[in-house]
Amino acid sequence: MIVWNAWSPGAGARRDGTLASDIAVFVLLAAVAVLIARGAEGMAEPLARLRQVPVTLDPANLPGYALRTTLRMFAALAASLVFTFAAAALAAKSRRAEMLIIPTLDILQSVPILGFLTFTVTFFMGLFPGRQMGVELAAIFAIFTSQAWNMAFSFYQSLRTVPEDLREVSASFGLSPWRRFVRLELPFATPALVWNTMMSMSGGWFFVVASEAISVGETRVLLPGIGSYLALAIDVGDFASVGWAVAAMAGVILAYDQLVFRPVVAWADRFRFEQTAAQTRPRSWVYDLFRRTRLFALLLAPLRKLGARPPRRSRKHGQAHRSAPARRRGSLRVWRVVILVAVIAGGWSVASYLSARLGWSDVRNVLGFGVLTMARVVALIAAASLIWVPVGVWIGLRPRWAERLQPAAQFLAAFPANVLFPFVVIAILRWRLDPDIWLSPLMVLGTQWYILFNVIAGASAIPNDLREVARLNGLTGLRWWRRLGLPAIFPYYVTGALTASGGSWNASIVAEAVSWGRDRVEAAGLGAYIARATAAGDMARVTLGIAVMSIFVIAFNRLLWRPLYGYAERRLRLA
Amino acid sequence: MTASATSAEIVRVAGVEHRYGAPGKDGRLVLEGVDLTLREGEVVGLLGRSGSGKSTLLRAIAGLIRPDAGSIDFVPAADGTAPSVAMVFQTFALFPWLTVLQNVELGLEAQAVPPAERRTRALAAIDLIGLDGFESAYPKELSGGMRQRVGLARALVVDPALLLMDEPFSALDVLTAETLRTDLLDLWFEGRMPIRSMLLVTHNIEEAVLMCDRILVFASNPGRIAAEIPVPLSHPRDRLDPAFRRLVDAIYARMTDRAPDAAAHPKGAAMPLPRVSTNSLAGLIEAAAAAPFDGRAPLAVLADQRLLEIDDLFPVAETLTMLRLAELRGGELILTEDAHAYAAADVDARKAMFGRALIAHVPLAAHIRHILDERGGQPARADRFRDELEDHMSPAFAAETLRTVTQWGRYAEIFAYHEDRDVFSLEDAV
Repeated sequence: MIVWNAWSPGAGARRDGTLASDIAVFVLLAAVAVLIARGAEGMAEPLARLRQVPVTLDPANLPGYALRTTLRMFAALAASLVFTFAAAALAAKSRRAEMLIIPTLDILQSVPILGFLTFTVTFFMGLFPGRQMGVELAAIFAIFTSQAWNMAFSFYQSLRTVPEDLREVSASFGLSPWRRFVRLELPFATPALVWNTMMSMSGGWFFVVASEAISVGETRVLLPGIGSYLALAIDVGDFASVGWAVAAMAGVILAYDQLVFRPVVAWADRFRFEQTAAQTRPRSWVYDLFRRTRLFALLLAPLRKLGARPPRRSRKHGQAHRSAPARRRGSLRVWRVVILVAVIAGGWSVASYLSARLGWSDVRNVLGFGVLTMARVVALIAAASLIWVPVGVWIGLRPRWAERLQPAAQFLAAFPANVLFPFVVIAILRWRLDPDIWLSPLMVLGTQWYILFNVIAGASAIPNDLREVARLNGLTGLRWWRRLGLPAIFPYYVTGALTASGGSWNASIVAEAVSWGRDRVEAAGLGAYIARATAAGDMARVTLGIAVMSIFVIAFNRLLWRPLYGYAERRLRLA
Repeated sequence: MTASATSAEIVRVAGVEHRYGAPGKDGRLVLEGVDLTLREGEVVGLLGRSGSGKSTLLRAIAGLIRPDAGSIDFVPAADGTAPSVAMVFQTFALFPWLTVLQNVELGLEAQAVPPAERRTRALAAIDLIGLDGFESAYPKELSGGMRQRVGLARALVVDPALLLMDEPFSALDVLTAETLRTDLLDLWFEGRMPIRSMLLVTHNIEEAVLMCDRILVFASNPGRIAAEIPVPLSHPRDRLDPAFRRLVDAIYARMTDRAPDAAAHPKGAAMPLPRVSTNSLAGLIEAAAAAPFDGRAPLAVLADQRLLEIDDLFPVAETLTMLRLAELRGGELILTEDAHAYAAADVDARKAMFGRALIAHVPLAAHIRHILDERGGQPARADRFRDELEDHMSPAFAAETLRTVTQWGRYAEIFAYHEDRDVFSLEDAV
């Protein structure tokens, strides 16, 4: 029996081991509460205290730093969830909001995340003058921007694809909008949302370093956290401390994976929209522990009440659900004009802001840098594909390996690639390598896993009968790849490569300008340009750089990935 | 429990009209001038082919869509309350993340029924419909028949006056469907359900005759009520009873003797073509040509023998008449001389005969072939034909028509189609 729905006062007492489970869960929950309180204390302190108690490289401080970083990430996650529900629900419900929100999300996804930091630090610090809270919020916002957009997209997609018959059931019973959300839309969207949340969390790590060690123009703040610790270690060139930071990150990732995400995935499994029972179900010891307790059910009881709240007005059947469409279309046209005017006005103000400070030579420069970075992205995605496609297919065709390697690959993907940067800097300096070439691999370090993941998924989805036909017909070597392997994984590969290329653009800001102690290595490219402008607090150049990078990413998506995706959907989908 | 004209009325439908697509534009007319009155104590069937608008009418009565014109009025009962409705879906439409009990409670939840009463009423409905023991199961753990029982319990628990059923048994296997029909009828006649009338959408003629007191036959394009057929047989009905068989045969005749669709579309090349494969055409010719039919096959018997529903059978039979390979008369499929020759021919001869029939009787096929001949072997873009079709029908119909003619043309080898370039050509044609 499942706790969430079917709890009744006597139900828990009948089972064995409930008392032990109760105690275990109580201790766990109390510990979490204490940790949250401890971590939050620091946020309220004045900014000046950071100067008295600066971030140090003493490993004894690391658990505390890890706590602060974790809290920041979960705060950002909570904000992302709220944003997701609000934005996606609005877009799915209102044509007018949809016209605005969806393209905005699409573009925000392509805007380099670190670009936000420049603008928001000033804003948030102004909100809480002299307090750490302002900088904290700026850091949380930076992490938020790396998580929110794709979660919102996923949720919106789910809302759009809620099965028609279930919609009709809800309508015919006159479910209120709130109840429809709780009973139908939220459960239906949960599996995809959980998956995207996990991916977002992994993505967020990459930017924790940049968002905790804030340096914009004159402002230099090190917030207590693993990111700052790592940044400091890199600053002074202390290998042992880098090692400690890596260990702490591994611990945190492992902990929240076991304590939060595994249980959530196991719980969310019931919401998968399928009519047949799956063979293997995700399991989690924490989830099992919680399921066995009365305590948990007691805690959830108020939540369930919320779901069961009586509706304010119950609709009788037969009430129509659509407003008069003809009038609506007229007002939509007006809305479109309003948006167009706003876009033109916005474009004009940006253009005039930039033209007052920068000349055409700047634009030409930035475009040139953009082409350089683009060449890097293309070359690296190609190289990563050459390596990971064969590996992914090999693993995908062997279910036992896929099962064993999946958690390892997930861990690697969650791991921030920044920690490897110092080694590359040292290597470049030692052997006098060309940074324009040898810094490039850093851009795909964190994103190549998307290609591997998707190829593994694609290869394991190749139907057994096709593999048998291939074997019976003696299809081997190159011919096997051309006739079976590549076409079968292609749709999956495109999805992975699209994500990887977007991520690589983003990473270029961090990866094209890297330092270790006093040594700084830079490659010519758009990422380095933005990084330099940010360090100098040159808002105009940051704006220009980010705008150009967004345009490159969007053009890349529209001209290359979308057509490839359409082709794959049309021709190669194994239905 | 047969209704007479004096029984209390439950719902009055008058002059209902509905279009798909954007209003104002020429959306496809799915319902036109539909009048219907449901009375207390009767089971009424809406019988028709897919796309004839019967599901649309059901959804209009359920309040799920608002028709463009006409009125749907619920007649208040003696105590002044308006009759309520509940609906059973072809796809069951169960929430996979809710247990059987929670699914059944859903409708009561929306009515703000207190939890304790909700539980009692849901358990009663579950008990009534034969689901006890499954309260805590999730839908994915149940068989199709059990799932539809949940769908029924969920509809009944809200005490509807009118039960709407949208092809409730068509997703089930033959044996399960029959059990559910019988169980539902038993409950109905024993008066153990709160409902006062049932409206059933079906495309299964036997099901309609088995269950209904009155059958409304729908015609397509636009959807309208073509005939009203009372079923005077007493319950329990026996499928093998001669009177039952006669009625089924009569409905087959009624549904096929209508002016053939071709006459309703004098637009030549712009005639919509149903999605019928050449294999089904050949299969039906062979079945009708073989013993015991020898070229004269009653559709009811054909359907029974081959377990075909009217949606499988009618489009194929009508395509045969369009190609002048058969005639439909009095519910019988009568093969022409050409069809007999076709049945006896080998593969290549069949293709040639089919090709000749296509050119002679399917204007669109002739049109494509003509254009290709004119261009002297140059391929022709499929877009131009698609555009021509879309001048006369919705893009969805145009796409389906083009897909059908492509498949027929390929089989007959009168032209070829290349998906990569989206062009027609004579290349592979003989």
